[in-house]
Amino acid sequence: MGKLFAVILTIIALVSAVPIVMHTWWMPQDISAHGHAIDEQMSETMAEAGFSFLAAQLLLAFFVWKFSNRKDDGKIRTFPGGAKGLVAAAFILVGTEMLALGVLGQKAWATVYFTPPAANALQVQAQAGQFAFYFRYPGADGKFGALHPDKIDEGNQNYFGLDPANDVEARDDIVTGELAVPVNREVHLMMHAKDVGHSFYVRELRIQQDFVPGLDLAVHFTAVKTGRYEIVCTQLCGLGHYNMKAYLNVMTQEDFDQWMKQKASEQ
Amino acid sequence: MQEASAQQVHQHAPPEGFIRKYVFSLDHKVIGKQYYALALVAVFMGMALSWLMRFHLIWPNSKIFGLELLSKVGAPGGVMTPEYYLSLMTMHGTLMVFFVLTNAPFAAFGNYFLPIQIGAEDMAFPRFNMMSFWTTFVAFVVLVLAFVIPDGPPISGWTAYAPLSAVGSDAGPGLGWGQNLWGISIAIFCVGSLLGSLNFIATTLDLRTKGMTLMRMPISTWAWFITSCISLLAFAVLLPACVLLILDRVAGTSFFIPAGLVVSDRLQPHAGGSPLLWQHLFWFFGHPEVYIAILPAMGIVSHVLIASIRRPLLSAKVIIYSMMSIGFLSYMVWGHHMFVSGMNPFSALMFSFPTLTITIPATIMTLIWLGSLYGAKIRITPASLFALGFISMFVSGGVSGFFLAQPSLDIVLHATYFVVGHFHMVMGVAAIFGVFAGTYFWFPKMTGRMMNEGLGKWHFWLTFAGTYCIFMPFHYLGLIGNVRRYSAFVDDFLVPLLPLHKFITIAAFVTGAAQFLFLINLIHSRFWGQEAPVNPWEATSLEWTVPSPPPFDNFGGKHPVVYHDAHQYGVKGSRGDYVMQDSPETVVPES
Repeated sequence: MGKLFAVILTIIALVSAVPIVMHTWWMPQDISAHGHAIDEQMSETMAEAGFSFLAAQLLLAFFVWKFSNRKDDGKIRTFPGGAKGLVAAAFILVGTEMLALGVLGQKAWATVYFTPPAANALQVQAQAGQFAFYFRYPGADGKFGALHPDKIDEGNQNYFGLDPANDVEARDDIVTGELAVPVNREVHLMMHAKDVGHSFYVRELRIQQDFVPGLDLAVHFTAVKTGRYEIVCTQLCGLGHYNMKAYLNVMTQEDFDQWMKQKASEQ
Repeated sequence: MQEASAQQVHQHAPPEGFIRKYVFSLDHKVIGKQYYALALVAVFMGMALSWLMRFHLIWPNSKIFGLELLSKVGAPGGVMTPEYYLSLMTMHGTLMVFFVLTNAPFAAFGNYFLPIQIGAEDMAFPRFNMMSFWTTFVAFVVLVLAFVIPDGPPISGWTAYAPLSAVGSDAGPGLGWGQNLWGISIAIFCVGSLLGSLNFIATTLDLRTKGMTLMRMPISTWAWFITSCISLLAFAVLLPACVLLILDRVAGTSFFIPAGLVVSDRLQPHAGGSPLLWQHLFWFFGHPEVYIAILPAMGIVSHVLIASIRRPLLSAKVIIYSMMSIGFLSYMVWGHHMFVSGMNPFSALMFSFPTLTITIPATIMTLIWLGSLYGAKIRITPASLFALGFISMFVSGGVSGFFLAQPSLDIVLHATYFVVGHFHMVMGVAAIFGVFAGTYFWFPKMTGRMMNEGLGKWHFWLTFAGTYCIFMPFHYLGLIGNVRRYSAFVDDFLVPLLPLHKFITIAAFVTGAAQFLFLINLIHSRFWGQEAPVNPWEATSLEWTVPSPPPFDNFGGKHPVVYHDAHQYGVKGSRGDYVMQDSPETVVPES
């Protein structure tokens, strides 16, 4: 019976590892300037976690195979080195490994969060509400109009609560349902929530950041590959959560300029 | 001193009459069984909910027979609405985390066996003990009431993030009285847990019998003791958090709600609160809660393991110190749930390091368990299989923690099925394996009858393979970016993943069905099982010195005297390869 356990566990461990090694299901292709650091970190962590997983499972299977239902004349033996050896091994191996992961991982984190956006980054504002994202570009004057939550009126498409009648800066603001950005240009995305918590997640962009009501948060990124990518909400926000999405449209600079012109004329 | 206090405390006489004996009982053994029964009801409810959810994810437009009876609004014509999916998900999480994973390994087994393992006649405060169970029971009833009120259960998940949970009905269905009931239920649950924890701590410190020094206590007792210390601090924070949430909802305060929110076209009459405050308070409880579930399982597994491998662990002390350090570190890591929440990104680093550090005691424990198997004489029983399975699950659920402890990887994995796979394996399945190991091991003591071994082994094989089939693919889904808490997968990116989801759903049905083998075994053995001897597993601790089941006052009015620790296996004793804790004989090592 112990041998059966060993066989089943070995099969489970090996079969579990196959899709990981084959990359059957893996992160979609990275389209960001910073994402390679995250991807490398992921691969390194996977190697270490995968090794620990297989080593522990196979060792468990082997010991159960070898030491279950032994004959009574078999003597109890103690693992060479005893507890002290194992504790020392855990401290040295795992301690170094974890320290390495901790230190290396901070680099990737720092590129996203500890570096300020470039001065010439494209300024875009994002608003999340039940159950849609809206984006706002400052328009020709380069300035965003002020927000007035009491003026939010979805029926009249005033999603942000702008007051163009009294606010000059708000008049040329461009509000859209998709996030269009030029390729290879840094984007500074300023985020706020209208009602409850939401999140901004673009898998290919290696960016995820919550929208927190009452907090003005920001992320910055540079997309390096043109294409259309899903923006999805990852923070449970209510009954339509599963269907709350928008698109990130990464365009060439020319296409982007064209798009911007067209949107400005539609406002 | 210890003996004297034990006598003073045990003042109640054996009860007479059904109500005092089985319902409002002061006996820790009855209370332990009551907790176990409550957990059993909750776990089958939680499992049924997971079946409904898994069915809906694959066949979102299909009728589910009988679901309309549960809620006409939530499932018109038997087809589940997206919001009802979220209601069931909230109830699944809440039932499982609070009423199963906190109750079964800690409150149920701890109540039954902690006093016996330290040689006491009962808990330090039997009345508190009764109160803690019945408070928990009321919490359960209040929670389940959410199913029958018109508003339905809340849709904000077991984490109840504000302001979704705080602004009321404007934010969606279930967020009116459903969310109120949730908050009240959890607040009551906290009171029950606090009473229980105090009782465990007092009992362990004050009621140990003569010779039972702290280091002679079985590892299971140590685990319950450490857990009760964690639980005392954790629930003491969740309780006020729930009260503040309820006040925001019903009294117009704004602890968690900032100004300027427009929900359902209505500007909310709140100002000055912080949604992150709720997250900090919740996870300050929430992370230690993971260890409240897993530490007792570690203790139970260590206890079952030594009796099954016929030798002591390489070092019981190391296991105990590791559990203490895990308990200590568990209070310094809550922020790893909040890496992308908008808190200061510098604090992510401060939470990342202690999280990675927890790997060290966890690895030490795993290595000690593995190393102890070397050169042992493993007896394969359902209990030992589940204990070995626990080690496997703990490793599998643990290594995914390497990823989630790093803020940079959390950017990709946060709120995906990777997280769901991680916590289900390490906190759910591993802890439940501990409960199964404990049940197969202690059932003879608790009922006086043996469980059916063949059925138990079948239960193990199906559960072991089944849970891997369910939860391993969760990690793959997370890696590719499958977001959790979605009631259907409709977008272009997720639709191709449906075949993998289908595989998981089928595995969930089979594995869930296998749990009925356990239920049948439990019920059948209780009434018709073979009669159990006093010490069927040839184990050393004090519960195996008393009749099965133990009499009302455990030791028949006597006070056992303890001469050894509970780890005397693989020695030359008068009865075999072990020496009982209360046996005065000198331990002769097996040469």
